[in-house]
Amino acid sequence: MSSPARETFVSLVPALSVEGLGHRFGQRRVLKDVSFSVAPGDFTVLLGLNGAGKTTLFSLATRLYAQAEGTIRVFGMDIRKRMLECLRQMGIVFQQATLDLDLSVEQNLFYHCALHGLSHGEAAQRIAAEIDRVGLADQRREKARRLSGGQRRRVEIARALLHRPQLLLLDEPTVGLDIASRQFMLDHVRRLCREEGLAALWATHLIDEVGEGARVVVLHKGEVLADGAAAQLIGQMRAPSMRAAFETLVQEREAA
Amino acid sequence: MRPIHYLRCFCGIANREWLRFLNQRGRFFSALVRPLVWLAIFAAGFHFVLGVSIIPPYETYVPYAVYIAPGLIAMILMFNGMLSSLSMVYDREMGSMRILMVSPLPRWFLLTAKLLAGVIVSVLQAYAFLAIALIWEIEPPWYGYLTVLPALVLSGLMLGALGLLLSSAIRQLENFASVMNFVIFPMFFASSALYPLWHVKEASLLLYQICEINPFTHAVELIRFALYGQLEPISAAVLVVTTAIFLTLAVYGYDPAKGLMARRAAE
Repeated sequence: MSSPARETFVSLVPALSVEGLGHRFGQRRVLKDVSFSVAPGDFTVLLGLNGAGKTTLFSLATRLYAQAEGTIRVFGMDIRKRMLECLRQMGIVFQQATLDLDLSVEQNLFYHCALHGLSHGEAAQRIAAEIDRVGLADQRREKARRLSGGQRRRVEIARALLHRPQLLLLDEPTVGLDIASRQFMLDHVRRLCREEGLAALWATHLIDEVGEGARVVVLHKGEVLADGAAAQLIGQMRAPSMRAAFETLVQEREAA
Repeated sequence: MRPIHYLRCFCGIANREWLRFLNQRGRFFSALVRPLVWLAIFAAGFHFVLGVSIIPPYETYVPYAVYIAPGLIAMILMFNGMLSSLSMVYDREMGSMRILMVSPLPRWFLLTAKLLAGVIVSVLQAYAFLAIALIWEIEPPWYGYLTVLPALVLSGLMLGALGLLLSSAIRQLENFASVMNFVIFPMFFASSALYPLWHVKEASLLLYQICEINPFTHAVELIRFALYGQLEPISAAVLVVTTAIFLTLAVYGYDPAKGLMARRAAE
């Protein structure tokens, strides 16, 4: 459905571009000269073990921490200068659960819409559509507390899409989920990228979430070790699988 | 974002505060019972101990219960301010604060909206208390119920802003007990809530001076005079200034680049 104008725009400006990003907690360096970009329609996996710096990167991109070194741009806009416009383009699923458990699913979603300045009527329409897409239309009046972990995550992804962002940031969105829920989340986000041209950055430590044709950015101890299409990376490393490629990369780095 | 977006955002925040309040009826109940216990027991016990002479705004000798009513209203506002600050700390630990902080509206606005939403809920509780207080014959003139409204809002804003400031400084939920000890109790007792300040002055000049600069005293006095349709200009001025200071510091505290969030992350 993309218009010609949209396509030129798409080809020129990455949805997210990170350049020379660094961060310290006191003396400890948690990110060092991190650079990569995510184009519209791209499903990019940010792969790294726990403690690699993924959450720090997300916190910088959503400006929960102030960023000192390097730049982060969302559709070409520097987040330090145009943070509010950037936030409008971003849909975020945090690693932490962020639903208000005492409120119903719908109340949680209305709250999010209000924070983004949507009118009640508009909000109601979008909520109905998004909640239906994640298959939770029947639970919309349930308190969030009564949902399973997988269902809560689905609500969170529905919520992240309500203000129609063009860039999705997901920080370990499948942690603690069963296989079916994990697969649902993965399929849902990939479909959004493929069919609606959204850009997604999916942080995970689960190597098997790097599917066929995904782009991978490998982050290890705050540094980018590799960046490219999964298949290409496996080829370069002469590895039988993504897992083997990842392990080789990490070992080489540790040895160096 | 246009003004309408700001308004919708505020309504959403206020609505959430209201829903949370409805969900926690126990909180409402205890917020009302606390001052009523003071009124029913403490005031009865002190009725004969403490003589309250004729001091403005009262035109006659007043029963002790009538004297402490404004202080108890201010107590409701203070506890609510602290509780909403507690819920900010809780929200931060639970992650729901992040949803607020990534809204595409300026942070000062989000924090102020949160503050105002809390004040609305507090003011409703203050009126509920005034209704029940009729049993103890705390009967200000009818227009007092109207003129007290701005005093309640301003006092609520000051105490809520203080709570917000504390929430930006408190690292963990557990530290909240010390807020009780070091903020709520001293503020309440070193004020004109329970005894007229001339009584305090007779006992200790230093304590009197502390009471005089305690913004809580000014909240109590503003409410006391407003209940009788009178304005206490100094108290009003003190509250406006302290609210502005507390809120500015709180916004600073929540600024990722400068405030405590950044320092906390660094540890």
